[in-house]
Amino acid sequence: MTPQSLDATFAALADPTRRAILARLASGEASVTELAAPFAMSQPAISKHLKVLERAGLVSRGRDAQRRPCRLEAGRMAEASEWLENYRRFWEETYERLDALLEEMKTKAAKRPRKKKRGDRR
Amino acid sequence: MSNAVRTTGKLQVTTPSDREIAMMRVFDAPRKLVYDALTKPELVKRWLGVFGGHTMEVCEIDLKVGGKYRYVWRNKDGSKMGMGGVFKEIVPPQRIVTTEKFDESWYPGEAVDTVTLTEQGGKTTMTTTVLYESKEARDGVLKSPMDTGVAASYDTLDGVLKSMR
Repeated sequence: MTPQSLDATFAALADPTRRAILARLASGEASVTELAAPFAMSQPAISKHLKVLERAGLVSRGRDAQRRPCRLEAGRMAEASEWLENYRRFWEETYERLDALLEEMKTKAAKRPRKKKRGDRR
Repeated sequence: MSNAVRTTGKLQVTTPSDREIAMMRVFDAPRKLVYDALTKPELVKRWLGVFGGHTMEVCEIDLKVGGKYRYVWRNKDGSKMGMGGVFKEIVPPQRIVTTEKFDESWYPGEAVDTVTLTEQGGKTTMTTTVLYESKEARDGVLKSPMDTGVAASYDTLDGVLKSMR
């Protein structure tokens, strides 16, 4: 996956309507009409969102001329999320350690009789 | 411009521009404490990158503009990883800007880290933005398997779908 196409993928995922469309497609393919139904949005507006998702490689359209069903390209989405995954995981673990430390600091601060100001050690 | 939406748990990782990675996380503590945990060596040592057998062997912080910091981690197998940089801006307890460079860096050049702390209702939002010298450097960091010692074992797609709900 090239960084450029990743940009398109992330940009496509940045919109709540498009994420809702993807969530709907995760449970099976659907036509534009079916997709538009739960949204207070016109079919052309939904079609626009679908084009963005298609360009990003997240959705493909079937050949059936009448329905042209949309389906989720799950592999693409997994790739995009995996990209940030290592980074996120590292920091999630690290920040959990910080959570624990802050809890301890809060307890200590509560126990300590209030001084005017604790001098910052440099 | 892309704006990633990877959001799981409390940590948000985004790519606000093509040279940056940003992380946002809320901590249940006043920002003075978070600031201390970020700037006092005896506290930094206890959380920054120390899990899965890593310990911090060197943690030196000269907290003044132009001052240097230096961190060295030691893995269980004895291998070391070092990094450091210079403080460019310090506004206690709300903003710290530093440069960062790893001894054996996997990305070209130096990066600039900006940490901002905002407090609301006793909770602190920490935003860390890392600005790389180039888009290629940034992309390289995101693609590298950061040596976390944590097995990547869950279904990423499932994770994304959950986060979309």
